[in-house]
Amino acid sequence: MKSITATKPLEEIVDSLGKARKVALFGCGTCPAMMGTGGLEQVLEMRSNLEGKGFQVIHDEVIPVACEMLPYEAKEELVKRARAAEAALVLSCSLGVRQVCSYLESIPVLPALNTLFIGVEEEGGTFVEECRQCGDCVLARTGGICPVTRCAKSLFNGPCGGSVQGKCEVDPSIPCGWQMIYDRMKALGRLDMLMEIEPVKDWSVSWHGGPRTIKLPE
Amino acid sequence: MKSGSNLEKVLSAGHFAVTAEIGPPKGGSGRIVESKGEQIGHAADAFNVTDNQTAVVRLCSLASCAILARMGLDPVMQMLCRDANRIRLQSDICGAVALGIRNILCLSGDHIKFGNHPTAKSVFDIDSTQLIQTVKLMRDEHKFLCGEEVSGEIPLFIGAVENPYSDPFEWRVHRLAKKVKAGADFIQTQAIYDIPKFARWMEEVCDAGLHEQTHILAGIIPVKSVGMARYMRDYVSGVEIPAEFVRRLEDAKDVKEEGIKMIVEIIEQVKEIPGVHGIHVQAVGWEEIVPEIMERAGLLPRPII
Repeated sequence: MKSITATKPLEEIVDSLGKARKVALFGCGTCPAMMGTGGLEQVLEMRSNLEGKGFQVIHDEVIPVACEMLPYEAKEELVKRARAAEAALVLSCSLGVRQVCSYLESIPVLPALNTLFIGVEEEGGTFVEECRQCGDCVLARTGGICPVTRCAKSLFNGPCGGSVQGKCEVDPSIPCGWQMIYDRMKALGRLDMLMEIEPVKDWSVSWHGGPRTIKLPE
Repeated sequence: MKSGSNLEKVLSAGHFAVTAEIGPPKGGSGRIVESKGEQIGHAADAFNVTDNQTAVVRLCSLASCAILARMGLDPVMQMLCRDANRIRLQSDICGAVALGIRNILCLSGDHIKFGNHPTAKSVFDIDSTQLIQTVKLMRDEHKFLCGEEVSGEIPLFIGAVENPYSDPFEWRVHRLAKKVKAGADFIQTQAIYDIPKFARWMEEVCDAGLHEQTHILAGIIPVKSVGMARYMRDYVSGVEIPAEFVRRLEDAKDVKEEGIKMIVEIIEQVKEIPGVHGIHVQAVGWEEIVPEIMERAGLLPRPII
């Protein structure tokens, strides 16, 4: 599982930096490094791009796992190195941006990437979204294939009338999620389960109620 | 009677029913809806108004249907799951009843990608099958989805759509059965051009006994140009237009006339298929042709009940 990211257009990044001229750059050695969006190479490329636009990059580094809180000493070291910066630019998913925000409280911490989705590698270099983290998993009833994620309309009683030869009407490169569910349930001999009308979903456990938090029991 | 709508009465009396689509304008002119109603009001039993079809913003179905109801016509309010959550949907269902609308057609909706606001956020809180269930719950059990009581009656004749041509073909009848189980009183299908495939699907529908539990109205889309036929063949997902159909139009001296002739032929064939209780004519942007087609198909005058 990886946090899938894509680089923002340079113009948008430059625009977000505003009046700041001295910039600290941070990459992430985990998902973005594997994706080629926030590893050492991309950090150095960003450095040269920004210098080309007249910025002064006063520090760059790749944090091994940007979303994890650094140990105290490492954090102090990072803050020291970025001290002269007027803004920090983070080449990681939003979780890494959030974490760097917590280290550098007095300057803007800006994303250089768009966080697209939580995905798995389907084949070499192709990442696909498998889960929207809706908070109420239906995979037991859909052959392990998520209709919320895989169906363009998140239908619970699909497929819609736009499913043709296994493809979604939205884009012929997208496999129809409900065709996948149908094929799997047929192979399992459990098409009878699809005859049950899936009741309306409880979205209250989903992403519409502010940030979801869980506290582990002590 | 579940709703007392004209459509329900015509179907219950065993007549071959005709519904026709009225496309609302891209603006606030109720007069346009009225004039279409005046033009074709005598040629069908009920009139669907689309709900922001193909995700293009138009005068809303609720208001358009209210205008038609005021004229004494029997509207079928199309309602999508794409643009509204369960709160708005149930509220609009109540609104429809309050404004004299007696038929509702429950759909999930074309994807936003195809429309004129492709950067919008789609809702899909519930799906079309669940919307059917919701209307039935409100009508038959006087309850909202949350379990609270609905005051007064919700007399609505509940419709749904099905596409006999999309995949997986062998699952389509089962999906129809789910919609019927959810509460669909009538079904309007995707446009029928490939008669043998539709007949095969209807055979399965009848084998499953669904034709006795719901009224199937075959979708009819008149084609007025070769370009339109080719476009539907190539770009409209789930529409199958046989090569011969396009060829006849291409070879025709008078394309419009040939198009009408072919549509009348389709209607005549569809009428003979066991289990088909009517047709639903969607003359997109060409509503004025509906009376002529009905006349030539021998479906006028419409029964008065």
